[in-house]
Amino acid sequence: MLAIARQRMLGQSFKKILPAVSVLRSYSSAAKQITVREALNSALDEEMSADPKVFLMGEEVGEYQGAYKITKGLLEKYGPERVLDTPITEAGFTGIGVGAAYCGLKPVVEFMTFNFSMQAIDHIINSAAKSNYMSAGQISVPIVFRGPNGAAAGVGAQHSQCYAAWYASCPGLKVLSPYNSEDARGLLKAAIRDPDPVVFLENELLYGESFPVSDEVLDSSFCLPIGKAKIEREGKDVTITAFSKMVGYALKCLSTSMSNAKQNLSGEKLEDEPGDSGSHAAEMLEKDGIYAEVINLRSIRPLDRSTINASVRKTNRLITVEEGFPQHGLGAEICASVVEESFSYLDAPVERIAGADVPMPYAANLERMAVPQVEDIVRAAKRACYRSVPLAATA
Amino acid sequence: MATAFSPSKFAAQPFPLNTTSQNNPLTIPTTASPFLGSTRKLIRLSSSSNLNLRRRSGTVVKENKSQSTPNLLITKEEGLELYEDMVLGRAFEDKCAQMYYDRKMFGFVHLYNGQEAVSTGFIKLLKQQDFIVCTYRDHVQALSKGVSARAILSELLGKATGCCRGQGGSMHIFSREHNMLGGFAFIGEGIPIGTGAAFRSKYKRKVLKEADCDHVTLAFFGDGTCNNGQFYECLNMAALWKLPIVFVVENNLWAIGMSHLRATSVPPIHKKGPAFGMPGVHVDGMDVLKVREVAKEAIGRARRAEGPTLVECETYRFRGHSLADPDKLRDPAEKAHYAARDPITALKKCLIDNSLASEADLKAIDKKIDEVVEEAVEFAEESPVPPKSQLHENVFADPKGFGIGPDGRYRCEEPKFAEGTALD
Repeated sequence: MLAIARQRMLGQSFKKILPAVSVLRSYSSAAKQITVREALNSALDEEMSADPKVFLMGEEVGEYQGAYKITKGLLEKYGPERVLDTPITEAGFTGIGVGAAYCGLKPVVEFMTFNFSMQAIDHIINSAAKSNYMSAGQISVPIVFRGPNGAAAGVGAQHSQCYAAWYASCPGLKVLSPYNSEDARGLLKAAIRDPDPVVFLENELLYGESFPVSDEVLDSSFCLPIGKAKIEREGKDVTITAFSKMVGYALKCLSTSMSNAKQNLSGEKLEDEPGDSGSHAAEMLEKDGIYAEVINLRSIRPLDRSTINASVRKTNRLITVEEGFPQHGLGAEICASVVEESFSYLDAPVERIAGADVPMPYAANLERMAVPQVEDIVRAAKRACYRSVPLAATA
Repeated sequence: MATAFSPSKFAAQPFPLNTTSQNNPLTIPTTASPFLGSTRKLIRLSSSSNLNLRRRSGTVVKENKSQSTPNLLITKEEGLELYEDMVLGRAFEDKCAQMYYDRKMFGFVHLYNGQEAVSTGFIKLLKQQDFIVCTYRDHVQALSKGVSARAILSELLGKATGCCRGQGGSMHIFSREHNMLGGFAFIGEGIPIGTGAAFRSKYKRKVLKEADCDHVTLAFFGDGTCNNGQFYECLNMAALWKLPIVFVVENNLWAIGMSHLRATSVPPIHKKGPAFGMPGVHVDGMDVLKVREVAKEAIGRARRAEGPTLVECETYRFRGHSLADPDKLRDPAEKAHYAARDPITALKKCLIDNSLASEADLKAIDKKIDEVVEEAVEFAEESPVPPKSQLHENVFADPKGFGIGPDGRYRCEEPKFAEGTALD
């Protein structure tokens, strides 16, 4: 009894010592943990060293080491001619990047957040996306537009919009959105190597999250294919599609209960859990015996319709999760795709979880209501499975 | 009217002055503003490379050049080349108008009649590897750069043999071979693109170590664009990074129906150059020889990596903004005034008066160009429309990602793709 008490005490004291975001190495496997920020930085570094035509431009990417420190150390390594600090002129410098890409260079243009890309959207759409078509293949544009997208924490309406739906509706663009470090590395390298314009939507709140990565991911030639989604967790009852931060929330519905079982004696968690909301809600999902299949879209355009449809045909129920505005959003497109291709397989109406149809409020409790939370996903999963659920949780 | 300007005057003063009549608000002379940075370096450099400039002009320049008329600035061959290029532009545009009114051409068509001196004066000094970008009024610049009349006309008729296989249209003439980077419908959109092309020249020289890369970019745009934010953003960055670009303003005084004077707080556009640290030059855009002289200096500056120049060409479009424009707002007296200064007529007179060419030579060129244009029309009319399968082509250079390998397969499908190197 004393031994058990000692174990419990040990476990608890370790829990206090552990930081909120784990960067410890896992002892049980050889997997290294890197943050999304390190993943992006290393991907940029490797691509710049492999190809001298790749260069970075954006506000504060150089001497400031990046507004979110993604480009840290690159100015010192590659010099000011390859890491350009631009004036605050989105339209101008995006156009300069596109013009350089027309002539064979490979720029990576950083927007401090994608909200600022609206000042340059003419160049992204009209001169980058449409050029290969308008010129009948003469002018290709091997450019990457990257930066944080979507809501952060308490930054207000003009800094919180999600642009996935807007860019993904435009032919001629490829739109990618990574979730974890493996996605970040693989997709960014793929985007830089790709000869077409790529919009790369990151998430500010994920930059500091660390995820385990294998040695294959850390290899400098690692790439992920564009246009393929990843099934993060297999399941049989309901399909949940998500991208970027929402993948973490979807997994949270399932992972907490499972990783509780996997917690070893030293109190280390073997899996990182972004976010902090409603672990008890997650357990309810498992307890109710609902095993959801979580699809990490990775590629918003082209959308991996075959993976989504194959999953829906297996589970017969679909929930789409996104952070952006609901009307004309990603969920609408996925729903339409599934209805077109797998209608007879659906046992329940497709449900979309999206951000509230309001500009992002500032107050913390209102902001929490304006963005999907884990409870919303859990309740939607239950509704799809025809379980009775209580009305919307209050803040 | 602008007086003759001489290269020596240009060399001595980095901000060339075209002192003209005091009445014309557009030709208020610029003064060299005591500006920091590249401006001062400019003054030092120009005075030291004075001799070089004159040697590089490469034309017949006599010693007492400063006040002489420009007619001895070109040889006979050059004169005929300029004449032929301008006549080609005019004949082509007139043919477009005729076909449009015969309902054989459709969509938006913006014609360049009257402004040929600007295009010919600048572009005939470029090499094949130099770049140009324009707005939607791009037929004649493309012709001057070397894109064939038949390719452009087929494009305007939407045929598969057009320079962009019918996918671009009048406003989007692109040619990789001739380094014509478009053709943009949004005014101001081409300026950053051109600045990017200039950036690439500098990048190639500095980073990729191709020391002889001195490719220059010309960005053509109008007076309306000079009130657009992107224009100023690019003036700033081009001067900041000393990019090899020349900003050529085709100031035809009208932006559709908006007079330049009604839209602009400070009408002289060339004055905006020094505000950003680059020379701002005003030139009579109806006189191809004057334009050519200014162009030589500006392009020379860019080639020697001395930085950008802003050239304001005072010119006029004889037709409306587009063929759908009834053009009722412009004063007929103003139109008549500029019609009397037709650049083609002026060059013709100049060549004949100075015995550089005879009437017969010029008529022969007129005839030749007529035949070229007729042949282009025939070719275009007989060309097929694009096949339906073409609708989905060319959206991406590489739909599957990472490029196409030497064996023609998509690289991402290669079994050992993870072992590949970065795409060339």
